[in-house]
Amino acid sequence: MKYAFFPGCSLESTGWDFALSTRAVCRALGIELVEIPEWVCCGSTPAHTTNASLSVALPVMNLQKAKEIGLPVLTACASCYARLRTANHTVLNDPEERGRAERITGKPYDGKVEVRHLLDVLVNDLGVAAVREKVRRSLKGMKVACYYGCLLTRPPNIVAFDNAEHPSCMDQLLTAIGAEPIEWPFKTECCGASLSITNSGIVNRLSYRLLSMARQAGAECLAVACPLCESNLDLRQADATKAHGPIPATPVLYITQLLGLALGLSNSDVGLEALSVTAEPLLAGIEA
Amino acid sequence: MPDTLEWQTGTFLKEVERRSGTPVSACFQCHKCSTGCPIAPEMDRLSSQVMRMIHLGQEQPLLESESIWLCASCEACTTRCPMQIDIAAVMDSLRMMAVEAKALLPNARGEQFNRSFLQSVSRNGRVFELGMMVAYKLRSRDFFADAEKTGQMLAKGKLSLLPKKSGNAKAVADVFRRAEEEEKKR
Repeated sequence: MKYAFFPGCSLESTGWDFALSTRAVCRALGIELVEIPEWVCCGSTPAHTTNASLSVALPVMNLQKAKEIGLPVLTACASCYARLRTANHTVLNDPEERGRAERITGKPYDGKVEVRHLLDVLVNDLGVAAVREKVRRSLKGMKVACYYGCLLTRPPNIVAFDNAEHPSCMDQLLTAIGAEPIEWPFKTECCGASLSITNSGIVNRLSYRLLSMARQAGAECLAVACPLCESNLDLRQADATKAHGPIPATPVLYITQLLGLALGLSNSDVGLEALSVTAEPLLAGIEA
Repeated sequence: MPDTLEWQTGTFLKEVERRSGTPVSACFQCHKCSTGCPIAPEMDRLSSQVMRMIHLGQEQPLLESESIWLCASCEACTTRCPMQIDIAAVMDSLRMMAVEAKALLPNARGEQFNRSFLQSVSRNGRVFELGMMVAYKLRSRDFFADAEKTGQMLAKGKLSLLPKKSGNAKAVADVFRRAEEEEKKR
């Protein structure tokens, strides 16, 4: 299994631990990642709210590169994933937009390079049974709220590998490594994303709502697959509880960090030191 | 008999539909979008009200509303609309129209953030967070928000002091220029 890896900007900065743990987990599971040479930003939300042509052209630049190396694309960031898939959808279905993207990038593109999310590949290509076989340290009894956020499953006509309202891929993977994903109603509620920069009060409210619901439903930690979800729930957790009321400190880990630990990797192999809310007490109960 | 909906003769609804590529006129005010909107408590116009205001041609109050800048693009409304209206795409179009119309931007921070982010990408090919934040703070004059977070993030290696440029940065700058030109021709 070999993929063209698109890390995205956040995985080089605020989410470096997501990149580290993604690479480590893929290595441990025999998934080969070839980084797309000279990849560029997908444009994220600022591009699609500012300039529609740009929001297609930037992802297309990366997809053209992937086409040159002849591999399907794999990405871990939920937002990059949605932007790359949306660009493909636009180019495939709208000849006018395709022409525009080709004129802007100066190269042809047919919209047909496959774009996969890491979780899609783990659950649907590799399979949870293969993950289960490689577990060296079961996370037995760990109660995790799987938080999917927005763009991993929305909009469903563009990102279609899991159910939009009640996704289960993270729950399946965590069950395979011995953890106990809890049932809770906010799996796909939004954390406020980049409003953290412009309107942090809104993000504090949304983060508090998510964290307190996860706790009420019996979770001890959250698993995420998006660098903005992680930062809004982890880095801003102190602000959220200060503004809205106390909640026990709740670690928020990338799902790849939990998978890596179960596959026998060390805390530093998966970058646990990057977390603001430490996961140490949570992991103290897990046998080494 | 006079038209009850502006779209038959109209300008604003027709223009929003053309730009967003989605049938805003199909909205029958079920309010499902507003019910599931995570930002609804902060919005001055709920998403279903935004749809109705488009029907009624209330261009100016809409382009000056705070709501269009508070939308987090989470796509819950788009996913749930029984009429398959891409409401999040409508919000995108309204923002672009507000910028073009130089509408009074009550919450200009959203627009200032967008400009700072895209400027960083056009220079480096990728986002340089620290540079982007400095540019945003200068634009918004919002100097003190999150000042302590910056130190925390630097300590955890989450922000770098120098941009990690893409080798393709030059091509990206050209793409920005051509995308601007294409956008004007729309």
